[in-house]
Amino acid sequence: MSEYLILIYGDEQAYAAADDAFAQQLMEAHNRFSEQVAEQGAKMVGGNALQNTGTATSVRGVVVTDGPFAETKEALGGYYLIEANDLDHALAIAKLCPAPFGGVEVRPILDFPEG
Amino acid sequence: MTAADRPADVEAAVADAHRREWGFVLAATVRVAGSVDLAEECVQDAYGAALDTWRRQGVPRSPGAWLTTTARRRALDVLRREQTLRRKLPLLAEPGVTAGADEAMVDREDEVITDERLRLVFTCCHPALAREAQVALTLRLLCGLTTAEIAAAFLVPEPTMAARVTRAKKKIAAAHIPYRVPGSTELPDRLDAVLTVLHLVFTTGHAAPGGADLVRADLVARALDLGRVLHALMSDEPEVRGLLALMLLTDSRRDTRVDASGRLVLLADQDRDRWDRAQVLEGLALVRDLHHSRVGRFGLQAAIAAEHAVAPSYPETRWGRVVALYDALLREWPSPVVELNRAVALAEVAGPEAALAEVDRLAADGRLAGYRYLPATRADLLRRLGRSAEAATAYDEALALTDNEAERAFLTSRRDEARRI
Repeated sequence: MSEYLILIYGDEQAYAAADDAFAQQLMEAHNRFSEQVAEQGAKMVGGNALQNTGTATSVRGVVVTDGPFAETKEALGGYYLIEANDLDHALAIAKLCPAPFGGVEVRPILDFPEG
Repeated sequence: MTAADRPADVEAAVADAHRREWGFVLAATVRVAGSVDLAEECVQDAYGAALDTWRRQGVPRSPGAWLTTTARRRALDVLRREQTLRRKLPLLAEPGVTAGADEAMVDREDEVITDERLRLVFTCCHPALAREAQVALTLRLLCGLTTAEIAAAFLVPEPTMAARVTRAKKKIAAAHIPYRVPGSTELPDRLDAVLTVLHLVFTTGHAAPGGADLVRADLVARALDLGRVLHALMSDEPEVRGLLALMLLTDSRRDTRVDASGRLVLLADQDRDRWDRAQVLEGLALVRDLHHSRVGRFGLQAAIAAEHAVAPSYPETRWGRVVALYDALLREWPSPVVELNRAVALAEVAGPEAALAEVDRLAADGRLAGYRYLPATRADLLRRLGRSAEAATAYDEALALTDNEAERAFLTSRRDEARRI
């Protein structure tokens, strides 16, 4: 098993404009996703939704600036950390991950050799 | 000492095994080595050892098996020596098999070595890799081409190609791209990627984007070899059959596509008696078998190639059927390149005027901007309609888009003709 980070990207304005019913549906979709990960024989290690990029602060060296590291139309809005057999397994799971206003990026976790 | 043991013969035997068996040996070694890099190193070493050992002991009855056994032993040695390090290396993910564990399959002299090339080709053509990396990896790992050879074929500087290959191999290891043939639900899409890569290798060889020769025979031969391997390993897949047929039928015309002075000869003017009969017959037999299955985009292109192969001459081609096949192909594979080819066939059924209207519509929508065969086709239709000045301009546009010398010579002479009128 290997660990993969699923990064959820999407248009923040579209999220902001969505109504309560949509937010409720999305929440349910994410709850269902957690179950699906287990059903697929993978393991959910963790995950979180993020506050929007309006709340982000960037630090480069000692310089602190307001805003995200890079301005993009589709911003990082949340992530899951999963354990899967291989990339195909992780991609099959990533396809189930709700991302109504964008998509997801799958990144393998770098394993540091011990000692 | 038998004749086969003379140094020159041994060298030839090793070179032959390199060309024929590289992919087979490498694919079988990856299973044991667990990483593409280690497998490549061990296979390279095995070929080096072959030169030496075969000189002393003679060329073995099955060079591929000898090379595989040698490469796998070497991989196991490395893994044993580096056992502590091995645990930390990112290994190729393969469910159920621990890399390096299966010593039994290495230490038996008489074992039948399974052909693992399907696994390897699906790993090389994994959708998580960019198309250009898929092509490079396939040529390197399955065909044993060097990075320099691949770079030359695709007109890319060697360091760029080397970086591309290195990056792709790193991703295979780091992201755990699996070493296996995909399951039935994924198979159609994944197979399509493999066939696309193979077809790209073939077309790059068939009409080289640059250089002195129209055809890069080495690339064509590699694509045909791989097509045959795939067909042998997946004979039930109609598209595998279709692609092999398409490549055979297209390549059967190779010797007639340029004249003695290296100038391009169009399909209409080719000497059909000189088409390679053996390739035509093999291709036609494959196409005939397709009629029992659902035909995909490669099968349909093969069926079009078959129409040309059986036509006694260009005017006697069953153009109505060719257009109908292009219509079917467009439903299967909506692509502006297919539309352009359909327009060429349409000219024979409905006349150049109707075809030109189609081509102009295609030119207007911009999807084929930069595609050299669009202005070349337009130029030819304009020439046939007697609109010489416009034809000359279109030939110039086509000339600006190709560096292939055979194509340039052809387009230049047609343009000069159009200017004289």
